[in-house]
Amino acid sequence: MATEQVAVPSGAVAQPKRLSLLRVLGPMHVWALGVGIVLVGEFMGWNFTVAKGGVFGALVACWFSGILYSCVAMIDSEVSSTVASAGGQYAQAKHILGPLAAFNIALFIIFEYCMLAAGDSLVIGAIVKSLNPVLSPTPFVVLAIAFLAWLNYRGVHTTLTFNFIITAIAFVTILVLIVGAEFWNPGQITHTKELFTQPPGSVDPKMPYGWLGILAALQFGIWYYLGIEGTCQTAEECRSAPRALPVGTMSGLITLLVSATLTWYICTSLVNWITLGESVYPLYDAAVNTGMNWLKVVLWIGTVLSCLASANGCINDASRAWFAMGRDQFIPRWFGGVHPRYKTPYRAILFLVPIMIAFGYTGLLDQVITFSIISGCLIYLIMPLNMIRFRRLYPMDSIRRGYVSPFHPLPSYVLFVFVMLTFVAMYFGYWRNLVAALVFYGLCSVWFVLHRFKYVDRAKLYTMPWPRPKGY
Amino acid sequence: MVWINYAAWAIAILLLGWCIVDAFRIETTFDHDLLVSSVEGEIEKEIQDHAHTQTQGEGGS
Repeated sequence: MATEQVAVPSGAVAQPKRLSLLRVLGPMHVWALGVGIVLVGEFMGWNFTVAKGGVFGALVACWFSGILYSCVAMIDSEVSSTVASAGGQYAQAKHILGPLAAFNIALFIIFEYCMLAAGDSLVIGAIVKSLNPVLSPTPFVVLAIAFLAWLNYRGVHTTLTFNFIITAIAFVTILVLIVGAEFWNPGQITHTKELFTQPPGSVDPKMPYGWLGILAALQFGIWYYLGIEGTCQTAEECRSAPRALPVGTMSGLITLLVSATLTWYICTSLVNWITLGESVYPLYDAAVNTGMNWLKVVLWIGTVLSCLASANGCINDASRAWFAMGRDQFIPRWFGGVHPRYKTPYRAILFLVPIMIAFGYTGLLDQVITFSIISGCLIYLIMPLNMIRFRRLYPMDSIRRGYVSPFHPLPSYVLFVFVMLTFVAMYFGYWRNLVAALVFYGLCSVWFVLHRFKYVDRAKLYTMPWPRPKGY
Repeated sequence: MVWINYAAWAIAILLLGWCIVDAFRIETTFDHDLLVSSVEGEIEKEIQDHAHTQTQGEGGS
């Protein structure tokens, strides 16, 4: 451990010379963080692709987004296994693109995860209320965030071990649904053939709006994987970041690619495409259509656990980004505090809790989630630039890399084009939200450049023991 | 069933209250400079030092 102790007079409390985050995480925890944040997207949200693009359009959106996130995972694995620092993409951008890009990326990360945590807690509140109308959702929204914040405060190892357990259970519930619906016996419980056939006098459920519908579906396709990039927030807390981050991120992405395709198959084989396109809990509705009560209970548990896992990971990630900004004085240095016993960024965690609760309190689930998605996509827009410049500044063999992204620069170009297409799709449905988000981030950037940057100690901004970048 | 709502509020307040009390205790026990002493790049420095020590060891043997 990097924490060092100093000799003190007898009777006094021994205080270490320097505090650092605890390095206890392995690939399992990285997997739990990445998949935990994302898996909720399988339980809700992705199904709006069906309303826009039909059942085949939804599958195209699923795999299109799968390619997009494969590029994200490859780029993230290379850069974050090299820049092993809390803040993930923020720290990467700081070293590669400069302070303004880093500041913006940190804001994108924080809002992406704070809003997502608020959205998850809102869903938990709604699920609890669905049990009995007497139950109010608000106390459960607050309780979910309070419990997970308490867990995060107490230590990263327990937090992500807990996330591993609940994420694994939630993933298994999807497999249980597939087996319970007897996927090997089509026509018995599942009705793929009937549900994919065009009824007389109606539109074709496969691609009701053609390629334009598929384009519109892209904005919801990212629900299958949104948040997997959060794995690199743990870089500073991994026992071996160069190994744990690529293994955890890649295995997480493979898990999500499999679960996304399985989710699409089982839901479209059990639920009519129009009902599915409007469903709030598509996997749960699929379980309802099997007619088996025990499957309904299993999927209800899976839905709740996936929401909890997602909110838990979001609190972890948002607090690391806020902490990293505080450490670099992009915001007051006070936020860069580390708990001397639990070795967690406790001030950042506590500061973000009321913000998450406030967003959860609004009850505006669609607005909260849309802002989260826009913020996430803005991160993906900067990542290709980051990667290309990273390879230019630090060519191969100039610094030690834990993972080398194959086919460079192809993943960067593919990512850039695919994100732009997703933004086009988003513009059709949510142009006001998109413009509002850009104006908000623009104003924040102005504040940073004109006011905050003068407080940043530039001499302490770059403490990585790296060689001088090429060309400098 | 309404009591469950109150129970949820109570547990939430208890958990957050515990965090706030603990944070206050930390703020009053430890120096501010110590609490914000974390710096980026410690892992890289350790790895480099380790590699340097190994190289020296191999050169000396």
